Amino acid sequence: MTQPETTETANTVSLTIDGSPVEVRPDATLLEACRQMGTEVPTLCYLETLTPVNVCRICVVEVERNRTLVPACSRIAEEGMVVKTDSERVRHSRKMILEFLGSSVDLSAAEDEVGEWMEQYQADPARYGPQSEPTAAGERGRRHPGHHGEVNGRTAEGVHQPTKVDNTLYVRDYSRCILCYKCVEACGIDAQGTYAIAVAGRGFDARISTEMDLPLGDGACVFCGNCIGVCPTGALMFRSEWELRRAELWDPDAQSVTRTVCSYCGVGCNLELHTQDNRIVKVTSPQDHDVTSGHLCIKGRFGYDYVQNLGDVDRSSIDEVLAAARRPAPE
Amino acid sequence: MDLRFTDAQPTAAEREAVESVIGPARVDSHQRVRTASNLRIFAKGMQSVADRRHLLLPALEAVQSEIGWVSEGALMHICRELSVPPAEAWGVATFYSLISVDPSPPVVLHVCDDIVCRRVGALELMEGLEANGQTPNTRWLPSPCLGQCDRAPAAYIQRAGEDDQVLVSIDPRTRPIGPDGSVVAANGQQESPAAPQAGQAHLRILRRVGTVNPRSLDSYLAAGGYRALEEAVEMGPAAVVAEVKASNLRGRGGAAFPAWIKWEAVANSPEPVRYLICNADESEPGTFKDRVLMEDDPFSVIEAMTISGYAIGARKGYLYIRGEYPLATRRLRSAIHQARDAGLLGESTRNGVSFDIDLRRGQGAYICGEETALMNSIEGLRGEPRNKPPFPTVSGLFGKPTVINNVETLCNVLDIVADGGSNFASVGTPQSTGPKLFCLSGSVRRPGTYEVEFGATLGDLIELAGGLPEGRRLRAILLGGAAGSFVLPDLLEMPLTFEAASEAGVSLGSGVIMAFDQHTDFGDILARIAAFFRDETCGQCVPCRVGTVRVEEALARIRRDPQPGDLELIEEIDLAMRDASICGLGHTAAIALRSALELGLLE
Ligand SMILES: Cc1cc2nc3c(=O)[nH]c(=O)nc-3n(C[C@H](O)[C@H](O)[C@H](O)COP(=O)(O)O)c2cc1C
Ligand code: SF4
Ligand code: SF4
Ligand code: SF4
Ligand code: FES
Ligand code: FES
Repeated sequence: MTQPETTETANTVSLTIDGSPVEVRPDATLLEACRQMGTEVPTLCYLETLTPVNVCRICVVEVERNRTLVPACSRIAEEGMVVKTDSERVRHSRKMILEFLGSSVDLSAAEDEVGEWMEQYQADPARYGPQSEPTAAGERGRRHPGHHGEVNGRTAEGVHQPTKVDNTLYVRDYSRCILCYKCVEACGIDAQGTYAIAVAGRGFDARISTEMDLPLGDGACVFCGNCIGVCPTGALMFRSEWELRRAELWDPDAQSVTRTVCSYCGVGCNLELHTQDNRIVKVTSPQDHDVTSGHLCIKGRFGYDYVQNLGDVDRSSIDEVLAAARRPAPE
Repeated sequence: MDLRFTDAQPTAAEREAVESVIGPARVDSHQRVRTASNLRIFAKGMQSVADRRHLLLPALEAVQSEIGWVSEGALMHICRELSVPPAEAWGVATFYSLISVDPSPPVVLHVCDDIVCRRVGALELMEGLEANGQTPNTRWLPSPCLGQCDRAPAAYIQRAGEDDQVLVSIDPRTRPIGPDGSVVAANGQQESPAAPQAGQAHLRILRRVGTVNPRSLDSYLAAGGYRALEEAVEMGPAAVVAEVKASNLRGRGGAAFPAWIKWEAVANSPEPVRYLICNADESEPGTFKDRVLMEDDPFSVIEAMTISGYAIGARKGYLYIRGEYPLATRRLRSAIHQARDAGLLGESTRNGVSFDIDLRRGQGAYICGEETALMNSIEGLRGEPRNKPPFPTVSGLFGKPTVINNVETLCNVLDIVADGGSNFASVGTPQSTGPKLFCLSGSVRRPGTYEVEFGATLGDLIELAGGLPEGRRLRAILLGGAAGSFVLPDLLEMPLTFEAASEAGVSLGSGVIMAFDQHTDFGDILARIAAFFRDETCGQCVPCRVGTVRVEEALARIRRDPQPGDLELIEEIDLAMRDASICGLGHTAAIALRSALELGLLE
């Protein structure tokens, strides 16, 4: 259906960002407007392919006549808006958000930008004190909302806990989870339509969970790995990557990425095979690919063993570690 | 959508409980045995799914209240019936503190240890309960404010398969649970005494409280009830909105937003389906005024909602009441039934108005009082606030234009319609019109809900409540609730109007006036306030989810041995929470704390 051209409705919206005028299409977000003029705005919970949930708040900007800062990723640009992306208030909130995350979550495997922002905004997560002890396996997953235990202020409470290793394909290390909701959206409404995981609990005890905190294989998960594809912090990780990291053999510098087309069916999903020492160590799909938007199914994502099942002919230094990834439980 | 469930089956009792709210089972578990391995429901489009999703919380509540907890079998049954993904239902069930997903004894006591109760024996009471040790058929949990601060200490009792109840004015030396686990129901009264001013001639909004039988429609009609609705119908909807505009009625739920702006926006909306919501979640610590209206004058709430629905063109209204108000819930339910039977409520009433009310019970989540969290809660989602814009008047409940007002706000509409908006506006000050309820608690002789005209001073209200007990001196007042701020006695002369409060840099909030005397341990009170916000944040956005924890930790350090920088740290956190949080909870979470620290109450 083609829409008749109307001259009455404005085709662009004009606003000012950091003192410079900019024109954007109607319905554009402030983030799009910023990007259009090359202004960088950090984002964590935003992804082009997902519905904005605007929960991380790292993207906040100052808009004149608004009492509070607004999330650039989801606020629609309005005619005449005057926006500041680098004011004192903006910098302060971003710094605090980075400190809040850094002091409660393990960000060591997060996207590189996170470290850069930490420096840029002079975030100092350490000033909240030493990290609290990790909780026992499964403890956070059963917390009831309401009153919590004694707080003494000697340590900074965090979400540290043992990694969930309940299958051979991928692990869930919720010590690294910033609760960006991306995996939930990718699993549910925005891509996969499986709804195997959701946010459970409340407040600081909120967490990503399957129903009854079941192991992945006992719930609805179909192991498409789309949640891994969108996770910005490494909380969701290929079992192979996790085993290699544990063995201190994970070496991104020694890896190459080969783009190919999945051979299982006729859809034509593009795959990026990440290889280290001649072994596939993880599989992604380009987010800007028309067919996949970064999403795959279990076959494309994990069904690569046949490619490297070469028996004794070709040995790789990481074979032993990768073999560990095929055992249901970690050693 | 392709859903997968586990094999767990409900018991007959669980099945029955679910059926009582969502109707007979639609998924035939005999012909198609649904198992983890073979079950794949394909729902025809999202619409059919969304249609019944809103029944999720009522279904969970039904199982909780009949059985005492929600088992895997019950959860799966609800998910199958309503086509809700189990992980999402789990996310909803674990959001509410009154729902237990772990096996629970049939009687669970929620003992308030919040600001007022903890100062009059709640801690002693809990020590006694602790000393009982494990009891077989009962369990107790600490609870945030139960909205009974005028009759502290208080406890709320959930009983599987029986009516839940509230114990008030508990004597802390005689525990409400005996060592054998039996509940000593005689401890504490259950029926509320009328408001202290009951029967006084000058009352407007409280005039029926204590004088009209709250259980009887006839009694309400005899006292002039439903005349306002008649007049509204005579005037027509637009005129009702005009009167509300002329009255300059501002919201009594905390934000003081002019009611007419919302009403007019929805009344003029091009969208035919609209909703009215009465916000009866009343969970702000120190607030109990709406409870008095709902318990002792329930028909006026129903009539006011009907008028409002009529004025804005909504055919359906939701009354969302906190779960810990069982008496108000029973009285409102009965009022709704009586009004329906009398042709005063429902699809076609004898006034020609088409409007019905669905009462929904919250299940223990302060955040669900936030208007958009409340809408999500009704829709069967987690009670997480939405980002605004869009505002509810444009996209509210089920994405439709919605007016949401506080109970007290709506109750004022009766007099506005009956006496005219300008008459109403002549009471109080030009910017703060009409009568106003305040909740007096703490160190006052006669705690309770008091009605005054806007313009009465803080000192007047303390005086109304009998002043402080013998030998007590006023040290500070918590104004507006836990989300409000502490003020010193030097503000006693301040008129309690929106404009005067705003000039003084404080807020009237939900009308809380909590008095503290010279013997108060403010460190303890502040720690409780910090803990409250940490417990009650939905956890959605980073500044509030982590900020409330960091504030609590910093306060613990300040109380133990203040380090240079801890005060500044709280200021820094507060600034980020105010600026970058999604909703009012994060915006206000550190205000009371900062005000107390700035006033030197910890020294
Ligand atoms: C955390 C939080 C809790 C709230 N709780 C309540 C409540 O229990 N009752 C209420 O009427 N308003 C509450 N509000 C305010 C509502 O969001 C909303 O402003 C109000 O219902 C509008 O009604 P009014 O204009 O009649 O006051 C709360 C707000 C926040 C941020
Ligand atoms: S692997 Fe796929 S189905 Fe499983 S949780 Fe992740 S996104 Fe959902
Ligand atoms: S697991 Fe990853 S994607 Fe999911 S919420 Fe946590 S950080 Fe985000
Ligand atoms: S400010 Fe707090 S309560 Fe409000 S949405 Fe954010 S986390 Fe939830
Ligand atoms: S990127 Fe905008 S709130 Fe997370
Ligand atoms: S009922 Fe206990 S503090 Fe309000």
